[in-house]
Amino acid sequence: MTAVHETPTTELTVQEQEWVDQFMDETTLFLGPDREIMRSHNIAPRSLFEEECIAGGIDVLQIDRIRKRLAGALDEGYEMCEAMGAAPGAKWGDLTTAVYTASGDVTYLSCHGVIAFSAILHHPIRYIMKYWKDEPTVGIHPGDGFIHNDARFGNVHNTDQSMIMPIIRDGEIIAWVAATIHEGENGACEPGGMPSGSETPFDDGLRMSPFKIVERGELRRDLLTFLQHSVRDPKLQLADLKVKIGAVQRIMERVNNLIDEVGVETFVAALRVTVEDVEEEVRRRIKELPDGTVQFNQFMDSTLKENILIKFACKVTVKGEKMTVDLRGTGPEILNRAINSPLCSVKSMFMQAILAFWWPDLPRCTSAMSPIEIISDEHTWADAGYDAPMGQSLQASFRGFSALQASWAKLQFANPEKFSNVLAPWFNQINTFLWGGVTQHGDQVGNLCADLNGMPGGAKPFVDGEDAVSPLFCAMADTAEQEVMEEEVPFMQLVSKRLVRDNMGFGKQTGGMGYEMIVASEGTPLWGFMTVTSGAKFSSIYGMFGGYGSGTYPLARVKGINVYDVLRKDPSRFDLSIEKVMNEQPFEGGQYLTSHMGLQFDVAKDGELYMMSQGAGGGYGDVLERDPNAVARDRELNRISDKVAREIFAVAYDPQTYLVDVEGTKALRAEARRARLERGKPYAEFVKEFVTPEPPKDLLYYGSWGDKADELTATVFDIDGPKRVTAPIAELPIIMLPDRRDLKVAELEARVRELEHKHGENVHRKS
Amino acid sequence: MTEYLFIDLDTERWVCRVCDHDLGDARGNYKEGTLVYDRDPREIHQPIIDPDKYEFTFSPDPGYCRILEFYCPGCATQIETEYVPPGHPPTVDMLWDIDALRAQWQARGTDPSTAITYGPGEDVRRHLHAAADTH
Repeated sequence: MTAVHETPTTELTVQEQEWVDQFMDETTLFLGPDREIMRSHNIAPRSLFEEECIAGGIDVLQIDRIRKRLAGALDEGYEMCEAMGAAPGAKWGDLTTAVYTASGDVTYLSCHGVIAFSAILHHPIRYIMKYWKDEPTVGIHPGDGFIHNDARFGNVHNTDQSMIMPIIRDGEIIAWVAATIHEGENGACEPGGMPSGSETPFDDGLRMSPFKIVERGELRRDLLTFLQHSVRDPKLQLADLKVKIGAVQRIMERVNNLIDEVGVETFVAALRVTVEDVEEEVRRRIKELPDGTVQFNQFMDSTLKENILIKFACKVTVKGEKMTVDLRGTGPEILNRAINSPLCSVKSMFMQAILAFWWPDLPRCTSAMSPIEIISDEHTWADAGYDAPMGQSLQASFRGFSALQASWAKLQFANPEKFSNVLAPWFNQINTFLWGGVTQHGDQVGNLCADLNGMPGGAKPFVDGEDAVSPLFCAMADTAEQEVMEEEVPFMQLVSKRLVRDNMGFGKQTGGMGYEMIVASEGTPLWGFMTVTSGAKFSSIYGMFGGYGSGTYPLARVKGINVYDVLRKDPSRFDLSIEKVMNEQPFEGGQYLTSHMGLQFDVAKDGELYMMSQGAGGGYGDVLERDPNAVARDRELNRISDKVAREIFAVAYDPQTYLVDVEGTKALRAEARRARLERGKPYAEFVKEFVTPEPPKDLLYYGSWGDKADELTATVFDIDGPKRVTAPIAELPIIMLPDRRDLKVAELEARVRELEHKHGENVHRKS
Repeated sequence: MTEYLFIDLDTERWVCRVCDHDLGDARGNYKEGTLVYDRDPREIHQPIIDPDKYEFTFSPDPGYCRILEFYCPGCATQIETEYVPPGHPPTVDMLWDIDALRAQWQARGTDPSTAITYGPGEDVRRHLHAAADTH
């Protein structure tokens, strides 16, 4: 039994409370994230100066010209980062440049890049304005630049580093300009900056609250040195700091020229009016949607260390011009696993759905989300607290994206005014290899393959989804030239872009397909790979209107062989695929392994194979409505197997010519429909048989069960072992999972004792 | 309201767009009017690597994941699917305010059956023309 000692409570008198408050106000140990700033995604109220500027009169054509000039300047800065950036992320477009109002609202974002940042960077700017502007030891001066990466102060995740600089006229801050790049390496417990293995916030690497690193145009060498000593890739840290500073300074040069032309007042009015216009337009667009509620639940199957099921609940309600997104029912934070996300990161991915998939025509402003109310319970995995590790926060925040992207098909279907097509779910996982170690050039590095940018798209009602088209967070990202990468890192993608048969969301229109990749390192004293993906037991994305979702994705490895030796001896054996390698096991002496896709830094010896596949986009509509000729074409191209063509799409065809047998197909489909009517049960009867009062006994389940969002179910591990509890989030105990190696050792020890007992062996052990 | 469902605002009923089958009160959950099947996910997402040798095979684990298939009882069209853990209640995915919906369409003064499209773009227009030519 666990003893419980309750802390005695004492009511304070009014006077005592005042003393406590005064003491707390005057005694600041350190400044953490500001709750008031971090919980709000609303635009700031108009400042007095903005009022004056707008009162001076608005010329809409002039404002439009200013917006276009800003867009041009931001795109120029973006291209500088992309062309000169040292980080792999920069080279593929995983970055953004933006201009902000004085109070930090994003007014305009570069046309390319990651839209999610339009919901996030007001947090650090508000922090700088609140805490550093009037702080005598800091202050804000012309030419100053602030760096930041800690998601708890407002960021997508900690791999992204920002350079934020003020535009100052007549001693007043009138705007901000920033560039943010996915830098990758940040000194976390594993190379690459987004560790699946982090178990405390201290494992997450650099945790930069916003601080000044550029003073009046000069990069501070002491702070730069500190940062370089804190990461595995000091060259990258230096190079990209300079790139960001250069890009921001170029944008500021363009903006300053613009201000000289139009005047400060017109410029400030243009920024503010843009933000307000977008907010007003969003309210109008919400009003055009039907009133009602759309609910979408997702279940993630991994902490990236062990398989569990954790829920991401989402209910979107529209009433008039008001929209509410309610995340209650979402599973609790797990305090020693990396999958937790701060709410601001989840909101940033909401914004990604809103501005890339709902209303892609709108200027990318903070205000695109500010009219939407978001309800969330603190200390859930999608709204994690300060003490939760967040190395792989994308696990929760990408579910935030899917929650709004997938719900949109239902929310907007009956609205005649659409700004984007009806669309099935986009793939939402980071199916790529992270890597780290010592390169062939002797440099220590840590980063990732661009193949996460090969996420397949969802199907539309009238066309199949695109194969490996773009990541959910960046429409124009590149998957990069692997040959260029191979000049810098000591591994090859032996198989790089080979589509995996049947890997699509089936439907009337099929979701885009994903490809497989097989990597192996060589010629390095130390190298290792990591993977940071869930969805090996429970599909990560689902279908739309009768379509199916993605399959699940294993990590496959062959250890204990050197494939390069084999291929040098006999090049004809260079015919690799996951299916072939794992099923035929062609390399003698190899250990053939599968696991879920949460792999912590795994030392890769020369020539050992690491294999994975990209996911698939969601299918749209009933598979039996798919054009039989499209099925036969997919079969001919070997995109689908014969089994799928016949059993799922119910198409008969000639296996030699791939011509559709029209009558045979009609018969197969009639039979398939008849079978549905026979096996389908009336809803009430089905629910009675299928639904259980709680999750299966041995499943580690976290979140609400059904629609009861006020109570969460969780398995907690205490002194007596695993125990299931159901309680409101505030009453749940802290959730921590045991070390899986300890569990494995305990299991093996029990087995040893069982065998000793069985064979009558008496072993004396000391503890 | 979806690819396969419309709401008859006069009768306030959910109706199948393929066969006009009545699926129940439009103020409630359309799923209550459907037939449901608990599908083993391995039948849809079939293993690519050998399930006898490996735990992870490209197929979802049926102990974690089930696919609920919702069929129209009239024409057997699969109007929705849902991926859930075994025993998890089906989600009430849509509930609409019928009075507000009626007022909205009255204010628009247009016919929903012609006003609603799949959205902007050349592809949608081509699709609409192709559909019109077929019929």
